[in-house]
Amino acid sequence: MSLSKQEWLALEKKAHELRLLCLDTTSWAGSGHIGGGMSCMDLLTVLYHKYMHIRVDEPQWPDRDRFILSKGHAGIAYAPVLCDLGFNDPEMLKTFNLSGSKMGIHLDSNKVVGVDASTGSLGHGLPIAVGTALAARVLGKDYITYCLLGDGECDEGSNWEAAMAASHFKVTNMISFVDRNECMIDGKTEDVMKLEPFTDKWAAFGFIVKDIDGQNIKEICDAIDFALANKTDKPVMIILHTKKGAGIDFMEGNYLWHYGAINEEKYNQAKASLEKYYAARVARVEKEAQ
Amino acid sequence: MAGALTYTAVDSTSLSTAEIYGQALVELGRAHPEVVALTADLAKSTKIGDFQKEFPDRFFNVGIAEQDMFGIAAGMARAGLVPFLSSFSVFTSLRAADQLHTDLCYQNVNAKVIATHSGTSFGQAGSTHHAICDFAVTRGIPNLTVICPADGYETYNAVMAAYNTPGPFYIRINRGFDRVLYKDANYGFALGKAVTVNEGSDLTIIATGSCVFQAFEAAKFLEVNDGLKVRVLDMHTIKPIDRDAILKAVMDTRRIITVEDHNVIGGLGSAVAEVVVESGKGCAFKKLGIQDQFAPIGLHEDIMNMLGIDSNGIINAVRDLMKMDFEEDDDWDDEA
Repeated sequence: MSLSKQEWLALEKKAHELRLLCLDTTSWAGSGHIGGGMSCMDLLTVLYHKYMHIRVDEPQWPDRDRFILSKGHAGIAYAPVLCDLGFNDPEMLKTFNLSGSKMGIHLDSNKVVGVDASTGSLGHGLPIAVGTALAARVLGKDYITYCLLGDGECDEGSNWEAAMAASHFKVTNMISFVDRNECMIDGKTEDVMKLEPFTDKWAAFGFIVKDIDGQNIKEICDAIDFALANKTDKPVMIILHTKKGAGIDFMEGNYLWHYGAINEEKYNQAKASLEKYYAARVARVEKEAQ
Repeated sequence: MAGALTYTAVDSTSLSTAEIYGQALVELGRAHPEVVALTADLAKSTKIGDFQKEFPDRFFNVGIAEQDMFGIAAGMARAGLVPFLSSFSVFTSLRAADQLHTDLCYQNVNAKVIATHSGTSFGQAGSTHHAICDFAVTRGIPNLTVICPADGYETYNAVMAAYNTPGPFYIRINRGFDRVLYKDANYGFALGKAVTVNEGSDLTIIATGSCVFQAFEAAKFLEVNDGLKVRVLDMHTIKPIDRDAILKAVMDTRRIITVEDHNVIGGLGSAVAEVVVESGKGCAFKKLGIQDQFAPIGLHEDIMNMLGIDSNGIINAVRDLMKMDFEEDDDWDDEA
């Protein structure tokens, strides 16, 4: 699936709208995991608006593609995507994190429509994704399972258990991503617990690994196209090199924005920054699109 | 419920409890294509090799990776399969506790954990392989049904009931052979309902798992030698616990002893005590089990003897409790 200029621009526009909705949600909630939400918004947009076969009017459609958000704390980015699609009333976003809401920091698959797995405890998503993909094999279905991990999350050993299983069972109907924003709660990933050589680790566990700019929609699409066309018996891991807080200048690359509070001043500053960011990205499309 | 199925698989006298589970799983596999089996390098030990032979495409050995096994099972269950996960109880309840809690129970998926080598039944392996707090862990997790069958026939019934009841299950069975309590599988097993193994009015022993047989032996001995009528309840379902049977025991016998191959903190005894205390009724009460210590090493029957949860230990406890005054007067009307 090659990406036309028109489609690229449409995805940029949607990603921009969703970044703004994520900012609004953070503002309504008062605070949230906006840093890691912004870093993965391009992927969420691409998956839900280009690749995933889903039915909003039939959320449990057995043949739908699945998405497992292993970095469950990015719910503040995921909830806007699901509400914008119509799985849930967008008004729900105004209750995000509030007492009695169906939407907490980590989305509950039994409460928020469209969520394929309840995550939040880190290191759980990849095993669930492997199981979801293996189930397709047993059931004779051809859906694709997508899974997004955080990079700090990769400290958890259970991910590597699942990586071994994905490779051993030749789980090629699953496409995995790591949001490599290089930040975790207590600091930079390489300072808290070194992940590098990260690409080599996934390769050693039997994956075909693609390192791409995770803030470039064209590169994301190319990588997914590559993974979908994979005819080997190895699973594909796409490492998205991203920026925590992408698009918001005072957050970008700052691990302190793993979780943060937004007041009116910060909200306005962030919004202005996101508009500027969007304009720059559109200009890039104009320059680079074929 | 299980009544729709024909009970043919089990021969409880010649097969170990886990082997009976293995056969029950094959039976389910033949009838239901959505049943899959997972293990973590314990296919032989947990006796699910027959399933592997017959359904190789529905069998998954994930290696020594219990957390991964639980996550995989959760993904499979949400996609419409019915996974049966088998490993040792100590690992299913502790190593993979977070996954049991979050992936299986929080998501309330239709997955069944068969926890083998429970309690001190893998006695010689030592405390790294004894599961002495799995009731405490599993009882505390919402949505999870917890069963501890007394013998092979009850294991068969529990497995069938688990298949026929949506939601996550934790079935705790022993390593090796269990003493056979029931004549066959048709004794009226029902989830959440204790089985009255022996009627009595002097005292009630509420036991679970391999301790039920020991309690029954003790009751028979006490009837002959002490003239005591001891009620024995097989409390196979630890959660949800059979409140009615417990309250009836309080009212009818006013003396209760619980027996379990588990720490006395957080297990059957605690569950029964919660019901008794909330009832406001007085009751002489004793919890037999592992007295908050790591268990000794040895053969299972020797450990049960050392812990006082075999028939001898139970007999002594019954005699002690019969001497205890449970309250000053017999007037029930002044109680809450």
